[in-house]
Amino acid sequence: MCDITKRFPGVLANDQVTFSTRHGEVHALLGENGAGKSTLMNILSGLYKPDTGSLAVMGNPVVFHSPRDAIKAGVGMVHQHFMLVPSQTVAENVFLGLHEAGFTINRSRMADAVSRISDQYGLPVDPHAKIWQLSVGEQQRVEIIKTLYRGAQILVLDEPTAVLTPQECETLFRTLHMMTAEGKTIIFISHKLEEVLAIAHRVSVLRGGRLVATTEARGKTKAELASLMVGRQVLFQLQKPPATVGETRLELQAVEALDDKFLPALRRITLAVRSGEIVGIAGVAGNGQRELAEVVCGLRPITQGQINVAGRDVRAASPLAMIEAGVAYVPEDRNGTGSAPNLSIADNLALKAYRTPAGGCGALLDDKALAQRAKSLIADFAIAAPSHETPARKLSGGNLQKVILAREIAGKPQVLVAASPTRGLDIGATENVRRVLLEQRSQGAAILLISEDLDEIFAVSDRIAVIYEGRIMGVFPCEEADLAEIGLLMAGGANVAAAMEAA
Amino acid sequence: MTTETTVTPLRRTTRVRFERRMEQPRWLRYITPLILIAAALLVGAFLLWLVGANPWFVYTQMATIAFGDMYGWSDTTIKATPLILAGLGVAAAFRMRLWNIGAEGQLLIGAFMATGVALHWLPAESGQWLTLFVMAAAGFAGGALWGFVPGLLKAKLNINEIITTLMLTYVATQWNNYFVYGPWSERGFGLTPQFPKTAWLPRFTDYAAALPAMRGVTAHLGIFLALGLALFFWFLWRRTKWGFEIKVIGDNPQAARYAGISLTRNIILIMMISGGMAGLAGMVEVAGVVHRLQERFSPGYGYTAIIIAWLAKLNPLAIIPVAYLFGGLLVGDDVIQPAGIARMLQGVILFVVVGGELLLQYRVKVERV
Repeated sequence: MCDITKRFPGVLANDQVTFSTRHGEVHALLGENGAGKSTLMNILSGLYKPDTGSLAVMGNPVVFHSPRDAIKAGVGMVHQHFMLVPSQTVAENVFLGLHEAGFTINRSRMADAVSRISDQYGLPVDPHAKIWQLSVGEQQRVEIIKTLYRGAQILVLDEPTAVLTPQECETLFRTLHMMTAEGKTIIFISHKLEEVLAIAHRVSVLRGGRLVATTEARGKTKAELASLMVGRQVLFQLQKPPATVGETRLELQAVEALDDKFLPALRRITLAVRSGEIVGIAGVAGNGQRELAEVVCGLRPITQGQINVAGRDVRAASPLAMIEAGVAYVPEDRNGTGSAPNLSIADNLALKAYRTPAGGCGALLDDKALAQRAKSLIADFAIAAPSHETPARKLSGGNLQKVILAREIAGKPQVLVAASPTRGLDIGATENVRRVLLEQRSQGAAILLISEDLDEIFAVSDRIAVIYEGRIMGVFPCEEADLAEIGLLMAGGANVAAAMEAA
Repeated sequence: MTTETTVTPLRRTTRVRFERRMEQPRWLRYITPLILIAAALLVGAFLLWLVGANPWFVYTQMATIAFGDMYGWSDTTIKATPLILAGLGVAAAFRMRLWNIGAEGQLLIGAFMATGVALHWLPAESGQWLTLFVMAAAGFAGGALWGFVPGLLKAKLNINEIITTLMLTYVATQWNNYFVYGPWSERGFGLTPQFPKTAWLPRFTDYAAALPAMRGVTAHLGIFLALGLALFFWFLWRRTKWGFEIKVIGDNPQAARYAGISLTRNIILIMMISGGMAGLAGMVEVAGVVHRLQERFSPGYGYTAIIIAWLAKLNPLAIIPVAYLFGGLLVGDDVIQPAGIARMLQGVILFVVVGGELLLQYRVKVERV
């Protein structure tokens, strides 16, 4: 890619970027959100056309008019936001848009092809499952399979490890090495500097739409890369004051619940979170984390067991009752659940507070008071937005997450449930979210942090609980927890748990 | 982001590109409906010219008949009244993205209930205002019931409300036919006996003794009800907490549920209000104009209300002028030959407005490559 420039109204997304990869290498692409990584990769995968500049694949100059051209040339992309049809099966999604399927649909042949790839590359997924039934992590596997099936020679992976366990990452990395050995090229977008250093041969860093460096990965340190990305020194260690733990705020006793397929998702979960502590739930995507969060927030009924919030039994509570009991929820799906995209920032900030006196007296809505409140929250949380009337959909992921956090924390929660709160955020925004969580902890909130990012769990939790197939496999104080052991439990190492209990 | 569509290259080096506007300028949003209605009239004019009519003559005739004098305004008001009421109801459901297209059926049942009160269920010696009040309540309740069933099915079983509301319209039509030809019929014709005077909505002309200028103005007081309710709904959506809840559900039901807003309750409630408003439209039509229930007393008010709600962008106050425009078309249609020109224009307006709106979201760029 040579001298690529792409301009959007008001933004220069790529400014004369020249970027090249070699056969058989893993080339990491680093940069903060808005640095132009996605734009550059969307140009490479044929979604956008550059305003100026040229592309060549394997030495041949190419002009992509659509993603189809890019696929034909052997460029495949696994997007961060998945491009799957929720109501269709895994196999149907893999074959979607391919002409080879012909007029009739041979389901078993399609399923076989999917299974072959998923076995070959260690990407387990049920070819007959519908996409909407899958967790985020499983959906990503489908995306990878889809790209591989289309015979991509250059694979662009946009933050592929964000939803995997350390062991699965290892497997994926082995897969990547296998593919590079075959001469395929991997472009690997990530925020996690350790893994970039672990697997990338070379690293390119974008900042403000410009390419600031392309360098061999060998011999570089995290700090060097981070300062290239951000343009300043970055502190990796969060200030985590010792916990001052109070009374139990959230208590689950032998809680069971079903998933969307009406299969057991939570099995006899017993867990307590006390005031002033953060309990991290570690686990691979799709092991009951979403259901756990929804149960605590009243969005999913429980079939067995009991839930107490601040000592009150709330086992049959509605979402509203949970909100009133002081449970705040930062959902994983910021756009789909956490916000109303076409409504203003002010409306989104008022999503729960409107019913309190702050939203107006009685049945009336006080627009002006809510606008004032929105303005002060926007200032307090440093939300970067043109005005409080800007629709939420125009915000970047980091700013939208600030809106959600501001809304949830403004209610002074007793219990805060945060599901993958930093997923897809850049270093700056991630730092900010974690700081806010620790502040809430200091103020005495009981925090349940559900995350597939183990670094995050280790960085902010006081205790770590591992979830696997809807069971809590063990709870460890953070300082005694061992990464390898946690990883093993995440993969279902039941014997380890048994051994722990015996000891 | 930009969506680019390449349209036939004019020359090898020139391309027309449609680029989605990132930001719709405010002025554009306000004048869009006017531009589009003007465009629709132009398309209509072309069609009229094709069949050999003089479009200018047809339009001016229709405008004169509908809006030329007080009697024209009166006739247009008569048509606009049920259109406003039903339009408010349809718009209420559309705000929550509940596609209630059964306003016609809800209107018919509202008319049926009002008729039952006027002719059978209320003692004949009841006073006028009591009778009218009970008729209105019954009309609203009938429409609300016709909205409740699809609402309940939608909320509990997620059954598509487009199908159920449409199907219930057929039920309502047959239901009324049974009564106007059967039990309530006047000598087997498709109509009931006329209502007693106590069940008539007062007309302006009824006050001619005090206000001589009102003589012959047959519009009825239902218009005040319609205008009042338009204001009421505007207030409800803009200034109440419940209006906020409906707005949130309309944009993202999942976020609403997450925020503790009950979807089940609000779906049923909105569908009942939506149906109830259409039922009220049926009541004012029989109490104010027809004075009896008869077969095909509605020229499709409930369907036209869908177009009106959409053109008014679900804004209760904008529904008033749009309903008057369509009321005027209906009045013009009664007089202009060949009949059906108004209906054609209705269709053209809907097509041009829905399609044109999409076009205006794009900027056309001609560029040389």
